[in-house]
Amino acid sequence: MRFAFATVLLVLSFSAHAETPADFQKQFAAQAQQENPAFTGFSAEQGQRFYASTHGKEWSCASCHRQNPKAIGQHIATGKALAPLAPAASPERFTRPDKVEKWFKRNCNEVLGRACTAQEKGDVLSYLLSVH
Amino acid sequence: MSLPCWSRWPVLLSGALLATAGAAFADDDDNARIRPLNHAAWRQECSTCHIAYPPQLLPAVSWRAIMRGLDQHFGSDASLDPQQQADILRFLEANAGGEGRSRRGEPLLRITETRWFVHEHSEELPKDIWSRPSIKSAAHCNACHTAAERGDYSEHTLRIPK
Repeated sequence: MRFAFATVLLVLSFSAHAETPADFQKQFAAQAQQENPAFTGFSAEQGQRFYASTHGKEWSCASCHRQNPKAIGQHIATGKALAPLAPAASPERFTRPDKVEKWFKRNCNEVLGRACTAQEKGDVLSYLLSVH
Repeated sequence: MSLPCWSRWPVLLSGALLATAGAAFADDDDNARIRPLNHAAWRQECSTCHIAYPPQLLPAVSWRAIMRGLDQHFGSDASLDPQQQADILRFLEANAGGEGRSRRGEPLLRITETRWFVHEHSEELPKDIWSRPSIKSAAHCNACHTAAERGDYSEHTLRIPK
């Protein structure tokens, strides 16, 4: 019982652990290296193209998060206002591993119909961090 | 269609009855309030794409059906980890209310299809209301009901944006 409790605490503290966007960038780089030995780094330009384009489905990242990721977004189906995606405008973005994982899972599924590669995630994050 | 189960929902019932009485009573709906509930995971997870809709607005059978299909949630992937999903469902079931089934006998999945919602939004609304960019959808309660997140759907906090 005590062990279970300790495990729960550990998991909670881990999942609620605050990180910085740069920490995620490092994790994506390590994953990208594993996914592709020829990985050479991330590109903000590539990320911007990826962010603004559709990928065989109806929506792009910009459909909800706007062409300018510093702007307040709007959910394309419900109309709800969304905090800007760029960390320069929303410092809480890309600070929580559980949220980052959840939203890439959901949104990549909606925009691409598959999981994103680490390269794609890192490129988009590079782009979002380049917006000041 | 069976009559909605209002027994757990007396406050809204009075609101609906006042609306039925007509526009003369439109400002008398101070009681059009849904008891605000607090459940951390529900509040957090169900309020990212829309406000956290009060559990009282649908019956348990509907919430069960909705929570079973979160990976295709009205056209969006709203999947949760299984533990969180079960935790939120327990909260929804414990506080569920509202009416039962659609004409086809299936659980209602949309609050906008409940008799209460249809009735409350059947009069005096601008024709273009759901297509205005500032509103966009009937799912966007707080576009007009500015205090919806506190369970307040009264006329006093109603501001229809242009």
